Parts: sequence; structure tokens; C-alpha cells
Amino acid sequence: MKIHEYQAKDVFAKFGIPVPPGKIAFTPDEVEDVARELEGKVVVKAQVHVGGRGKAGGIKLADDPKDARAKAEQIIGMDIKGLTVEKVLVTKAIDIRDEYYLGITLDRDARMLVLILSAAGGIDIEEVARETPEKIAKVHIDPLIGIQDYQITQAIFGSGVDTTKSREIRSIVRKLYNCYLEIDGSLAEINPLVVTTDGEVIALDAKINIDDNALFRQPDLEKLMEVGADMDAIEAEARHKGIAYVHLSDGNVGVMGNGAGLVMTTMDVVSRAGGKPNNFLDIGGAATAEVVEDAFHLILLDPNVNGIFLNVFGGIVRCDVVAEGMIKAYQKLPRKVPVVLRMTGTNENIARKMLEDTPLVYESTTEAGAAKIVEMLGGQS
Amino acid sequence: MAILADKSSRVLVQGITGGEGTFHTPRMIEFGTNVVAGVTPGKGGTTWKPEGIAASVPIFDTVDDAVEETGADASVIFVPKRFAPDAVMEAADSGIEVIIAISDGIPINDMVKVYSFMEQTMTTLIGPNCPGLVSVGECKLGIMPNHIFKPGPLGVISRSGTLTYEVVNQLSEGGLGQTTCIGVGGDPVIGTSFLELLMEFEQDPATECVVIVGEIGGSDEEDAAEFIPEMSKPVVAFISGRTAPPGKRMGHAGAIVSGGKGTAESKIKAFEAANTPVADTVPDIVRLCKESLGK
Repeated sequence: MKIHEYQAKDVFAKFGIPVPPGKIAFTPDEVEDVARELEGKVVVKAQVHVGGRGKAGGIKLADDPKDARAKAEQIIGMDIKGLTVEKVLVTKAIDIRDEYYLGITLDRDARMLVLILSAAGGIDIEEVARETPEKIAKVHIDPLIGIQDYQITQAIFGSGVDTTKSREIRSIVRKLYNCYLEIDGSLAEINPLVVTTDGEVIALDAKINIDDNALFRQPDLEKLMEVGADMDAIEAEARHKGIAYVHLSDGNVGVMGNGAGLVMTTMDVVSRAGGKPNNFLDIGGAATAEVVEDAFHLILLDPNVNGIFLNVFGGIVRCDVVAEGMIKAYQKLPRKVPVVLRMTGTNENIARKMLEDTPLVYESTTEAGAAKIVEMLGGQS
Repeated sequence: MAILADKSSRVLVQGITGGEGTFHTPRMIEFGTNVVAGVTPGKGGTTWKPEGIAASVPIFDTVDDAVEETGADASVIFVPKRFAPDAVMEAADSGIEVIIAISDGIPINDMVKVYSFMEQTMTTLIGPNCPGLVSVGECKLGIMPNHIFKPGPLGVISRSGTLTYEVVNQLSEGGLGQTTCIGVGGDPVIGTSFLELLMEFEQDPATECVVIVGEIGGSDEEDAAEFIPEMSKPVVAFISGRTAPPGKRMGHAGAIVSGGKGTAESKIKAFEAANTPVADTVPDIVRLCKESLGK
């Protein structure tokens, strides 16, 4: 789960990480008021769950409250990579001397957390990592003993940051690590971590992702979830219904099945057959009529979909039960598009018989099913 | 022959009286698995008797008690996510040799700790969020369907559930049986990687060829591919998720291409560099296995 910069800064502040003073605002009026409170120059920052806000024109410096209002009028309501800006963070402008990168995340290949520190902050850290990996210090953290002082020292001296600021940076690293663990983070990132012209070290930006699996024990953070804020409307609807759905858009074939790996493979096979998968949808272990019906409706929300391929491996679920659910669900379809069904497993033959007098087309293999749906759609993609 | 678990394995089920445990334990017993004990804290001293099965299983409060009384050496864990990390560590601490963690939804930071803990033990952890292990004709530890397996010379390792069943089913129908089939789990942090299991299969005299059913995300496939040239046996690979766009998590928490890492291309390239054929489809896996076995 992602949270906004202003929310992440609140979290950082609770853990004692210095952040610039600021406040969230929803209207140009509010922005003007906040700017007046803060005094002097301010920065107006779009709060959307997407990277590259600055480049998209979502972050602007304002000289005074009137100017802040004008900038807010430009930013609020603007579209950044498909997401509409509904609120902005207004913060006091900081005179920056240096911009660093500081982050903690999971290194899944090492199966450990990794601390990342670099003097080359403020820009795309992935590019820095690719082009000039020597500018980045990485330290793996043993989760059973936690981060050690010497490791922070290694990071500070290996990263090219101003070592006269060691004390301040060390303190922020410790607080960020504690924060990461306490909030069940999957990413805690400060980019940039700045040294001001006055020599202060401050988190100018804040990014926190929280492990979805841990939300059950983070009730305060779970409340911050804005369902749909980082996904499109169909994905948001799927989230509400508790269905694992990923929208790929502009494809013509809706794809669903039971099990993530099988669905991914089905998408690959549809693609090989000359179709274009529109989505990923995993109906999971319970292929009941209700779930199948919900799944159909979700897939058909995209008007580009003009056919559906359902692929079920009936290990424990019975094929006749799935077929019954399918037939019921099909009757209620808002748009009657061609549907190809491939099932294998217990009671496969009964299921096949049940489908004979219906518009649902049965195929016995994934490859044949994919070829069939593409053929029924006229082979176009 | 098989790897990690066989007929002689004395199997403990943690969470045997819960919904999943109640459903799947009878199926494990039907498969021939020697289930010797169950653990449910607070229900120690009772006996668990599944419907329609002659067997009855003694329940213990702790894994320590179960091991002492029954000599259990393998454990299947069905306990809910909140208690699963603790259950894994308890089993390892009690000297269980192989742990299969079926439980899903475990927080990543908990698994990072569990992984580090397991590194200090001799125990092998498979999972979490996995369908488990089947040693064909010997035992089943987990939730795979009983009827799809057939004895034969193939080792199968996979990150998926139903896709694994699909592959195994087609291999069996194509006349290619298996030694041991293992689903390693779809989470970003899992106990045992493809590489470690390849090493196990290399040591197993009954396994003549290994099938790796990989997917996008992470670099476990690439790491495994590096070991293949050192093996005496052929490997056939398959990668799921070729059409998945970057930044989108495809169901499994671990199946995501992020920061340019974990792409299908990178994995296919790694296998090709190791002279390992990469199947385009599941039927293709069957064909390539037959070729590799000279059939």
C-alpha cells in the first residue's frame, strides 16, 4: 500500500526525522492560507500516488501567498499519468546546499533489508544505480541483530556525503530503520535528503510503501488507504470486490482462471495465438457462480474486451460446479461476448455435457482454447 | 527415490484442527503419507480422527512434545498468517528436518526474520504460500491434488500452484512420471530457492531430468541457471508472465517486474546461456523433457 508524501512526512515526524513545516490543502483558498501561515516562499506539491510529479509540473515554487494560490490553481485538478490531483502539500521552501538519497527496502535476492545511501540524490536513483553504481553505498541488515553503527559508518563514508554531517545523518538512518520496522514498510525513502545552506539535514521528500500482508496489524495506517488512488477504475472496483485483477488495457481478450501462475501463462498463450490479453484475473480457489459472475462483470467494464477466455485447472474444485456457475453467470452478462472455457479435472465430462447446449464454447487444452477465442474474434488483435 | 521427504518421513501437521488442516490432512493420509502427529496448542492429549479415514492422529500442545513422543521429522504448516512465522521457528527449533509452510499472507519483514533464523538451523523450509511437496508413491506434504502424479524420472520445481498441477498432469499424461514435485511459493521471500532444489535433484539417483517452472520477478531462475552447467542431468525450463507489463504485480506478491529486474527475457537468456531449453508452452515442456531423456 502506498501513502502520500504528506502522510509519510507525518509518520517520519513521529519517529523524529526532521521534515520541513507544511500542511495539506484541497483548494487554492486553503493553499493561500497555509502559505500565509508558513511565511516566505513555499513549495506547492501535488499529492498523487505516482512518481515523476516534478517533471509533470506537479511541484512548483511560489514567492508569496498570492503566487501560491496561482500555482495551486494550476496544479489542483491537473492530470499526472492518468491520476487527477485532488490535494497539494504546501511546505516552506528550503535553501538547499546538497541533495542526498536515503532509503531502506527489501533486497529479495539477499532475503534481507538493505540500506541505500548516496550523495547523488534528488534525481532518478535507478539511473544513478545503473550508470554510476560507485556513487551508491548499500549495506545489508541482519534482521535478527538489526542495523549496527559500523554499518551506518560504512554507508556514510562509502556514499560521498558530507562526512561533517555524519552525526545528523546517522541519527536519521537509525530513525528511518526503526520507522521501517514499526510500520511494516516495504519501502521507506527520503529523496532528497538535503543539507540546507544553514547546515541542517532535512527530509525534503518522503515516500513510504507498506507491506499489504501486514496491514492487519497496522490499523492506523490501513485507514490511510485510498482504494483506487493508485489504480484505474476497474482495478479499484476489483479491489472492492476482493478479486485479484490487473488491467493491461487496449487488449481484446479478457483472461481469467484459477491461480496466478496459470492465469499469467494463459495470457502468454493468448498472446502467442495472436490475441491481446486485456487483463489478469485470478478467481482463486472458490470458483462459485458469484465469483465467476463478478469476474465477468469486471472484465466487461473495459469496452475493448470482445471475448473472454476462462482457464480452470480443477485440482480440488469440481468442473461441473464451475460449469454450473459459468452458465448462470453468462445468462446475466451485460454484453454477450464470445466465451471460451477450458477446464480439466474432476467431473470434466459432466461439465462438458452441461455446456453442450449453451453458447459457451468448451476446449480441452489451453492452447486450443486460446486459438479458439482468437478465431472467434476474427483473428484480429 | 525422492528428495527431502519419502515413505519413511514421519509427518507432523501444525494447525491440523483448523479448516485447511481438516480438509487436507485426510488427503495426505490417502496419498500414503505417514501422518504421526498434530499440534494445536491447548488440544494436547486429544486425538484427531478425520471423517472417512481409519487413522487417528494424536494431538500435542507443542512441536517439542510431538517430536519426543512420535519421532516426527517433517512438518506441514496450515496455521493462519499471524501465527505461521512462529510455527515455522518452533518446528525448526524442535529439530524438524523439513518444513512445508502452506500458510499465505505472511508479512515480508516476518519472513525476512524467519529466513535469517532458518539459516542458523539444519532445517529446510519450503514456502510459505506454496502448494507443498509430493514424492510420488511415497508421501505428500501439502495441498496438491492426489490424482495427477505418476512415478518416473522427472524432478519438478515451480513457483506456482495450479500451473504446477497443469504441468505435472500433462507430464503424467504424456507418459513422463516424476520423482518429487515441489512448489516453492509465490512470495518475495521464501525458504528454499530453485538453486538449492536443483542441487538436491542432482544428488538424487532416481531423478534423470529436472523441470523448472519459473515466473517473472526476483532472480531465483537466473541463480539456478548458473548452476546447470555443473549438473550431470538435463534441465528444462519454462517462464510464466512473458506478457506481464513492468510495475504490475501478477497475483503472487513475488511476480512483479520492477526497476528493470525480474523480466522474462532476462530469465530466458540465463537459461539459454546455460544451454537449457526453454519451453514456450506447457505441451512444449513435455516435448522437451522427452527429447532430454532421449525418448
